[in-house]
Amino acid sequence: MPLVTDLLNAFLWIFNFLVLPAVTYGSALALGALGVTLVFGILRFANFAHGDMMAFGAMVTLIGVELLNRYGIFTYPVPAGLLLLPVAMAMTGLLAISLDKFVFSYYRRIKSPPVVVVMASIGVMFLLNGITRLIKGVGLTPFNARRTFDVGEVDVAALADQLGEKAVAVKSDFATQEKFVQVSEPELVFFDVAEFKAATGLAEGFGLDLIQVLTVVLAVAVFLGLYWFLSRTRTGKAMRAFSDNEDLARLSGIDPQRVVTVTWLIAGSLAAIAGTMYGMDKGYKPFTYFQMLLPIFAATIVGGIGHPQGAILGGYLVAFTEVVITANYKKVVNYLVPESWEMAGNLQLLGTEYKFGVSFLILVVVLLFRPTGIFKGRVL
Amino acid sequence: MKLLNAGDMSGGYGGADILSGCSIAVDRGEVTVIVGPNGAGKSTAMKAIFGLVQLRAGSVLLDGTDIGALAPEMRVRRGMAFVPQTQNVFTSLTVEENLEMGAYLRRDDISQAVEQVFALFPVLKEKRRQAAGELSGGQRQQLAVARALMTEPNLLMLDEPTAGVSPLVMDELFDRILEIKQTGIGIVMVEQNARQALAIADNGYVLVNGENRYTDSGAALLADPEVRRTFIGG
Repeated sequence: MPLVTDLLNAFLWIFNFLVLPAVTYGSALALGALGVTLVFGILRFANFAHGDMMAFGAMVTLIGVELLNRYGIFTYPVPAGLLLLPVAMAMTGLLAISLDKFVFSYYRRIKSPPVVVVMASIGVMFLLNGITRLIKGVGLTPFNARRTFDVGEVDVAALADQLGEKAVAVKSDFATQEKFVQVSEPELVFFDVAEFKAATGLAEGFGLDLIQVLTVVLAVAVFLGLYWFLSRTRTGKAMRAFSDNEDLARLSGIDPQRVVTVTWLIAGSLAAIAGTMYGMDKGYKPFTYFQMLLPIFAATIVGGIGHPQGAILGGYLVAFTEVVITANYKKVVNYLVPESWEMAGNLQLLGTEYKFGVSFLILVVVLLFRPTGIFKGRVL
Repeated sequence: MKLLNAGDMSGGYGGADILSGCSIAVDRGEVTVIVGPNGAGKSTAMKAIFGLVQLRAGSVLLDGTDIGALAPEMRVRRGMAFVPQTQNVFTSLTVEENLEMGAYLRRDDISQAVEQVFALFPVLKEKRRQAAGELSGGQRQQLAVARALMTEPNLLMLDEPTAGVSPLVMDELFDRILEIKQTGIGIVMVEQNARQALAIADNGYVLVNGENRYTDSGAALLADPEVRRTFIGG
C-alpha cells in the first residue's frame, strides 16, 4: 500500500497547497478584475482606486461584524460578513457613485484624455487609502477576532450552546480578579486538517472551510448574474451598446449618465464582494488590497480589458501562475520519487515574497506579445 | 407647415463657419437629397439639423416648433432619427440587440416594429442572432437604417447610406428608402452618388461652400445642364 498512500498524499498536497488557494485567490482576483474591466469598458480609463474600494467594502463589513458582536450577537455557523455583504455593497456602490460625481464627472465634462483620468484615480486611491487607515488602522484584523464581555452582558450558556464549549470562556483578570467572558467565534470547517490526518492516517491533511466554499460559490453566482444582466436586461444591453459605440448609443436615446451610474454601482458592489470575501479568508489589512491592484490589473489585461469573460479567466490564470511558481514542491516530489532519490532541500522556483513579481512578469509578457489579451479586449 | 424647416444655418466646429446661411426643408412622405462637392458642408448641415454641430445663427423647426436648443437625445424623442455615415451599428451586439437599442426610448412592445423592419430587410431576419460586426457592408447599412427606424420616427436622416457598397446594393437600398417614404416618413439624405439619388428625390439641394447653390425638384436638377455639367458629370 505505500504506493497508494504516496499517491494519495501527493494528491492531497496538490489540492491543499495548489488548487484550493489558487481557486479562492483567483475568485477574489476575478471579482476585482471584473470591476476594473467594467469601468474601463464604459468610462475608458483604468481605475487605480479599485483596490482601495475593495478595502473600503471590507472595512464596512468588518465594522458591521464588530458592531453585531459588541451587542453579543454571533451568527455562527453563518459568517456575519456574508450577512452584512449587501450593506457593504450598497455603501461601496454609493461611494463609487459619489466619487464619480465629485471627481470623475468633471474630467468627462472637460473631455480629458484618459491618462489624466487615470492620474485622478490614483489621487482617489490615496484618498481612500487614508480614509480606511484612519477609520480602521493599518494592522491585520481578523473578522472573527476574540471579543471580551463583562459578566452578565451576554448569556454564556446560550453562546456556548451556539458556538461550542471551547469558544466561550469565563476568565478573571490577573490584577483585579474581576471576571469577564471571552468569546472567539469559530469558523465552520468542513474538513479539519488535524482531524483528517488522525482519521485517515495519511501524512497530508485535507482542510476545507465555509469561507473558501462561499468565496468560490459567490464568485460563480456573480459571474452568472452579471452575464445575465449584460445579455438579457435592457440596462445591461444599453451598457454594452454604450461601451461599443458611445455616439450611436446617444443617437439611440441611451442616457449616458444612467449608464455611468449603473456601472459605478456594479463596480462598487463587485469591489465590496471581492474585498469582503478576501478579508474573511485572510483577515482585513488595507495594504493587501493596495497590493492586489497589480495582480488585478494583470488579470484584466491578460483576459482582454473591457471583456468580462476575460477578467474571470485572467483572474484564475494569474492566481494559478502565482501559486504554481511560488509553491515549494519538495514534499510532493518526495512522495512520488523512490526513497533513495528524496531531496532534503527546497524545490521552489521563487519565494512567496516575490509573488507580485509574477503578476508583473505576466503583465509585461502579455503587453509585449498580445497587448489585446486573450479575448480581443476593448468593449464589453 | 413643413415637417422640417432648417433656415439660414451658419456655424461649424468652432473657428471658421462651415455653413453660411444654408437652408434645408422636407415634408412628410418626401425625400430630400443634398448633393455637392467635397467639403461643401453636406454632412455638417445634417449634423447641425440633428444638434451634433452648434449653430451660430439660423433656426431648426420641426413641425413648426423651434428645436434648436435641444440635445440630440431630445430630438430623438421628438421623432427624429439619424444614421451616421460610419460606425452606425453596434458591432459587438447581435442584429436583434441592435434593433432593441434603436428602440431604447420605447417602453411599449417593439415586436411589431421588429417584424416591420424584418419585412423591409429580410436578410436581417436571417442574421438576427449574428453579431453586427460579422455582416457585410451592405447588410450593415441596412441594419443601420433599420436601427434608426425602430423609434418609428417622422423624420429619417441618412448620411451617405450608400458609401462603400456595391452598385447593386445601392439600388436595393434606394428601393427600400422609397418604400420607407411611402409610409409617410420624411427623409433627408446626403449622397455622393448624385445622379441616382436625385432620381429618387422630391427635392434636391446643391450645396457649395456651405450655401444653397441650386434648389429644385430632383428631376429638375437632373435636367439642368449647368448642374449636370458642374456637379453630376455628363
